[in-house]
Amino acid sequence: MSHKVIVPIGPYHPLQDEPEFFQLYVEGEKVVDIDIIIGYNHRGIEKLSESKHFDQVAFLVERICGICSSSHPYAFVLAVEDILGGEKSVVPERALYIRTIIDELQRIHSHLLWLGLAGHFIGYNTVWMWAWKYREPILDMFEMITGNRNNYAMYKVGGVRRDMLEEDKPILEKALDELLPALDLFRGAVMDDPVIKARLKGVGILTKQQAIDWCVVGPTARASGINIDVRRDEPYGVSDRLNWNVIVEKDGDIFAKTVVRILELYESVSIIRQCLDDMPGGPIDSDVKDIPPGEGIGRVEAPRGECFHYIKSDGTNRPVRHKIRAPSYMNVASNKVAAVGQTISDATITLAAVDPCYCCTERVAVINKPDNKKILNGWDLIRLSQEKTNKVKEDLLNAGPG
Amino acid sequence: MEIKERIKEGLSNKIVSWDEKSGRRIYFSVKKEDIRDTVKFLFKELGLRFSIATGIDTPSGFEILYHFSFDELGIFYSVRVLIEDKKHPQIDSIAPIFPGAEWIEREIWEMLGINFVGHPNLKRLLLAEDWPQGDYPLRSENES
Repeated sequence: MSHKVIVPIGPYHPLQDEPEFFQLYVEGEKVVDIDIIIGYNHRGIEKLSESKHFDQVAFLVERICGICSSSHPYAFVLAVEDILGGEKSVVPERALYIRTIIDELQRIHSHLLWLGLAGHFIGYNTVWMWAWKYREPILDMFEMITGNRNNYAMYKVGGVRRDMLEEDKPILEKALDELLPALDLFRGAVMDDPVIKARLKGVGILTKQQAIDWCVVGPTARASGINIDVRRDEPYGVSDRLNWNVIVEKDGDIFAKTVVRILELYESVSIIRQCLDDMPGGPIDSDVKDIPPGEGIGRVEAPRGECFHYIKSDGTNRPVRHKIRAPSYMNVASNKVAAVGQTISDATITLAAVDPCYCCTERVAVINKPDNKKILNGWDLIRLSQEKTNKVKEDLLNAGPG
Repeated sequence: MEIKERIKEGLSNKIVSWDEKSGRRIYFSVKKEDIRDTVKFLFKELGLRFSIATGIDTPSGFEILYHFSFDELGIFYSVRVLIEDKKHPQIDSIAPIFPGAEWIEREIWEMLGINFVGHPNLKRLLLAEDWPQGDYPLRSENES
């Protein structure tokens, strides 16, 4: 009796950082297959990079993503410094600490952004408003330290571009102090809420074996029981001198992905505090002049996972080849297995759970037959998702306590 | 046994050259005919994580670097393959071994024009549908 229905999601929406196009094949309520079409936003940055000199490339790759605008330039300078003999051999001590602080601030604002969107998708608009409210002061910290709320322009080969002022330190400490109660609030609101548990547990599962086969990275991998984190596995900045934990969960569902990100927020706060305590004085740049011929690889744990840059230099002031691989490249592809078998009402949150900068979608058409085309918009998908949450809530209420 | 020794032993008849740029960066090259066996050994037997592949247009041919990460020790192994035939470049696809390699092979195919034999779904990934056939943006004859 069931026949296949195609539900296209995307590719464009003003709230989306990257246009992506998901075509869901649906039988009844169940997603049976998915086509992922990307490339709408391809800007040829790898090729463009070959025409820029090494100082300019950092600014170029910063613009790959507005959320990860620390990870890409950081991975790029690490790749170049790999040719020069490694980050620690060329970058002054103080700059290492500043790099780590910027990198962790980025993780905080990115995870809060995701948390807000995830809350919105399942109908918890209060979580959405709160998360974005508490994200704002973090962006203010970026503005204070780097001069920019986004695209921080901090990284250069051999150091950082801008020193952190002593008088900024107490302001940053105060901002972190004020963030912690908010994080407690989220932890309580998400991890102890029976409705969220019922809504997200067992949804969008990526098993450990699937995570290995699809080579996923970051929180998506860690939520499926894969214990990887570039900050620990191949330390950069000062991540090997500080006390912090890699958060790993086993279940692979959306609840596990949420828990991983919320607990990582605490670790990031702790890392920044330790950096502020330990940061020495001194120069922030070693003034690297020439890049010798060779090839180097830079890896950074971006909020979404391992960010990879490969640089081949022939001794001139421009890279011969610059390969970039953002973490979402591996994570988004895994929706092919994570979203299949789910209901349509779970599709939005499942596709969003890998945090591909993908949020609500527009131009959604539910196609039943070639001559019977019904156009829904992205809000309808979110509405389906939110209605399911309400249903879960009612069921729990009717079941009564215990 | 240390991971490095296991790789050297398991691939002893395939490794053409071995280059340790640092303790964390090891590059070794194999013949292009051996790529599928090599990748199968690294991924399935040793459990290395496939990070990505890099296609490079060099004067002597197309080079592909398959980057594998051994996360337990933070060592990055890059397998280097040279495809000398620039007119009709082709190599065995590794996507049948694990699906995580599907996208990057599609990308290298459209950007450099290297044919991946046995790929389950070799079609464009990033380039627009109306991008001219046979024009490969990452080839060196295209000015950057």
